Amino acid sequence: MTKEDIIKPENVVYKKPALMNDNPMHYCPGCSHGVVHKLVAEVIEEMEMTDKTVGVSPVGCAVFAYNYLDIDWQEAAHGRAPAVATAIKRLMPDKLVFTYQGDGDLACIGTAESIHALNRGEHITIIFINNAIYGMTGGQMAPTTLVGMKTATCPYGRDVDLHGHPLRITELAAGLNGTAYVTRQSVHNVAAIGKAKKAIRKAFENSMNGKGSSLVEIVSTCNSGWKMSPEKANKWMEENMFAYYPLGDLKDTIEG
Amino acid sequence: MAKITGATVVDTDRCKGCNLCVVACPLNVLELAPKEVNKKGYHFAREAVADRCTGCASCAIVCPDGCITVYKVKVDE
Repeated sequence: MTKEDIIKPENVVYKKPALMNDNPMHYCPGCSHGVVHKLVAEVIEEMEMTDKTVGVSPVGCAVFAYNYLDIDWQEAAHGRAPAVATAIKRLMPDKLVFTYQGDGDLACIGTAESIHALNRGEHITIIFINNAIYGMTGGQMAPTTLVGMKTATCPYGRDVDLHGHPLRITELAAGLNGTAYVTRQSVHNVAAIGKAKKAIRKAFENSMNGKGSSLVEIVSTCNSGWKMSPEKANKWMEENMFAYYPLGDLKDTIEG
Repeated sequence: MAKITGATVVDTDRCKGCNLCVVACPLNVLELAPKEVNKKGYHFAREAVADRCTGCASCAIVCPDGCITVYKVKVDE
């Protein structure tokens, strides 16, 4: 059997989701953002919510998310995505509203907005990309940077006495009464990607069923910021990040 | 016995040569082109050996840029 016999539309087992357009992404090679974009697109397609979804993009690497997924988007001021999403969801309750934020946007400048939106139990989903560094601005220390991790602004490693402890936003969110579903996932291999997709689906369904707010943290790599190859960054994440940011559901108030 | 045969098609223009698909492939089907580059200057991924792919789609699932399409057929022998 020749390759031409196999490559036919009826034999497709996997292709890029239709919601993801052909614009070349500005992300660095091997960046986790692309995988999460794909998962979001796949889940929206499977839920048949293409025309009813509004994404709120942050400031950070994902600022151009609206260039890649063909759904409605709103760009928010730095850190204010949950506040914008609150307004959109309250005015249009039949829309699927989610924010897509990095650790600089959500865990630093937007901590107040995020915590309060989650605590109010707004029926939105927050997708939180945690790569422990400020990727877009060139690899500076973030609130989530691990102790001892070297970045442009802590070249000798993060020092607890000087910089404090890394902030675990997801644990914080799990303690709030308004949250329905709080989970931490990763996208470093096929199995993890499958679990992350299920988590995003569950969070989106909770939002549409009016169950409260959901937070899906994706522990991610920033191979450019970490100054590693994408492959090595995945390994480094498994060895170092998962010890401080363990994967799994932290809170699940929905049965099934 | 039915045999499963697969094939991958890489959108070489969009590929950034991150190597994640090469690492994810359980059968070492893919490689980065050692000399050729695409219009952006990346060593793009391609099928190194024909007939070994089973269409498991691991490469396409981990591809951050959605460059890989996977096909699969059952062949009766």
